[in-house]
Amino acid sequence: MRVAVVDESASRAAVIREGLQAFDDCEIFVVTERHGLIARIGEIAPDIVLIDLGNPSRDVLEEYFAVSRALARPIAMFVDESDADAVTASIDAGVSSYVVDGLAPHRIRPILDLAVKRFNAFAQLHSDLAEAQGKVAERESIDRAKRILMDSRGLTEPQAYAELRKAAMDKGCRIAQIAAALVTAHSLMGGT
Amino acid sequence: MAAELTIGFLPLVDACLPILAREHGFAEAEGLSLRLVRDMSWATVLDRLLYGHSDAAHLVAPLAIATTLGRGRPAQPLSVPFILGLNGNAITLTRDLADKVCPPGRLGDPRVVGTTFAAYAKRSAATGKRLRFGVVHRYSSHNYMLRYWLAASGLRPDHDVEIVTIAPPYCADALEANEVDGICVGEPWNSVAVERGAGRIVLATAQIWRRGVEKVLALREPVLADRREEIEALVRALVATARQFVDPANWEANAAILARPEYLDGSAELIRRAISDQLLLTQGSATVHFPDFMFQYREAANFPWVSQAQWLYTQMVRWEGSGYSAADAAKAAGVFRPDVYRSALIGTDEPLPSASSKVEGSLSQITAVGTQQGTITLESNSFFDGRSFDPHDLAGYLAALP
Repeated sequence: MRVAVVDESASRAAVIREGLQAFDDCEIFVVTERHGLIARIGEIAPDIVLIDLGNPSRDVLEEYFAVSRALARPIAMFVDESDADAVTASIDAGVSSYVVDGLAPHRIRPILDLAVKRFNAFAQLHSDLAEAQGKVAERESIDRAKRILMDSRGLTEPQAYAELRKAAMDKGCRIAQIAAALVTAHSLMGGT
Repeated sequence: MAAELTIGFLPLVDACLPILAREHGFAEAEGLSLRLVRDMSWATVLDRLLYGHSDAAHLVAPLAIATTLGRGRPAQPLSVPFILGLNGNAITLTRDLADKVCPPGRLGDPRVVGTTFAAYAKRSAATGKRLRFGVVHRYSSHNYMLRYWLAASGLRPDHDVEIVTIAPPYCADALEANEVDGICVGEPWNSVAVERGAGRIVLATAQIWRRGVEKVLALREPVLADRREEIEALVRALVATARQFVDPANWEANAAILARPEYLDGSAELIRRAISDQLLLTQGSATVHFPDFMFQYREAANFPWVSQAQWLYTQMVRWEGSGYSAADAAKAAGVFRPDVYRSALIGTDEPLPSASSKVEGSLSQITAVGTQQGTITLESNSFFDGRSFDPHDLAGYLAALP
C-alpha cells in the first residue's frame, strides 16, 4: 500500500513515517513542501493520504480528490464514516485520512490507528517540551526578580525569595507570575 | 451557570461577530459562555462541527448547503439561523494583468473590466495559456461570485479560464509566484497581497452582487433542535454585537481585538481598513473608500433570507452540471432558518421583515419593506448584469443564465 503523509512539520512527519515502517506492506511518502502538493500527490498515486488537521492545504486536497480525473480511483474521506469512534479519535489526535475507495477496512484500520497514536505521541512530546521550556523561562524570571530585590533593597537571596513568595500568597497567584510582573515593572522604570 | 457553546472559525475578518460577542460580553449578557476554536481550513472547521467538537461554526454559506445535500461526503443536515455577513471579498489580479484590464487609481467597473478581461483571457487561452484564478473553496461565495462575473462577461469558467482552490494564507504567495493570475478571497488576504506588491485589487464582490450572502453561522440540525433556547440567545448576542460592530466609534478597538494571536493573528491596520470599508488597491497608494464593502448589520443583513439559500443552490447546480432537482432545492431552502431568527428576536427592538424570501437583485433604489416589527429600508441589492432572481422560478432562472 502506498501511504502519503502530508505534513508541513517535518519532525512530526518523521515520527509518523517511523511508526508506519513497522508495516511490511506499506510504502511511505512524506510531503512537507506545499508548493506543487497536488502534482506530487498525483505522482505518488497513494492508496491512503494522511494530513494534519491544522494544514491549510486540506481544502485544496479535498478539492483535488473531488474533481480530479488524475487519480484512476476515487478517494473517500475517512475509512468508514459510520465508525464514529475512529473518526473522533482521529479528530482528537489532529489527523485526517483519505483512503482509496474499496480498500479492505482490515488493512487500513491498523495504519490509521497507528497514525492516531503517533499524532498523539507527538502532541504529548510537544506539550512536554513547551512545559519544560516554560519552566526554564520561569526559573530565569524568578532569578532576575530576586536579583532586582537584592540590588534595590539590599536583601539576601533567601529574603528576596521569601518576599516574592509572600507577595504571591497575598495575591493568590504563582511566584513566577509575581516575578514576571516585577521584571516587567522594573524594565518599564528604566531598569535593566 | 452560563451555557457553554463552542464555535469554530477561520482567521478572517468576517469571523468578527462571534469573537466580539465573547470579547464585549454580549454573549455573557445572554447567559452564554463562548469558546472559540480557530482552524486553518474549512474542511477542519466542518469536521469539528460534524463530529461534535464544536456546536456551531463560521462557515462559507454554500458549504452549509453542500453538506446538507451530501456533496463530497455523506449528507448531514445543517441549519443556519443567522447570517454573519454579506460580501467583504475582492478580486485581486497580478499587477501586470490588472494593468491590462483595469485603469489604476480606483475599483474597476465590473462590466468594463469584465469585457476587457474576457477578451484578454480568450486571447491568452487561444495561445495555450488559460488564465488561472484561485478561490478559497469550491463551495464558497467567492467561487460563485467570481463565476457569475466571468460568465456574465462572456467567458466560460472551466473552459476559457481555470479556477482552482487555494488556502487564503497562501493566496499572496501564489500571486507572487505566478501560480495564479488572480484571486477571489476575503480580507485581510487581498490587502496582504497588495501590501506585498503581489497584486492589485480590481473589484469588490459587492460590485458583482450588491448584497450577496457570505458567511453564515451553521450548526447541525439536531443541535439546533436540542439547544434551541441557547441558540436563540446566541442570535440575540450576535445581533447586539453586529450593532456595535458597525459603529465607527468602535472600529479601532475591534480591529485591535481581532488582530490578536488567538484570533486572526494579523495586522490590526489591515483589519481596521476592511471593517471601515477602506481599500488599499495598489501598494504605496492612498486607500479608497468603498461603502458597504463588508456588510454586517444594516437592512436586516443578518436575517437568513430563504431566497439567498435558493440562489446559492442554483449556482451549485449551474457549475456542477448536476441538473436541477426540486427535492434538493427544497432541502437547500430549508437550511436557512428565518423562523429561528424571528423567534429569537420577536418582542425586541430589532426590526424583522414580514417576508422570509424576496426577489434578489430587484431593488435599484431605497425601498421600505413590510415588517413584522420595526422598520426596514433596503438599498440597492442588484446584480451587476441587471438580472434578478425570483425564488419562485429557480428552473426558469437557471435556464436564462448564460
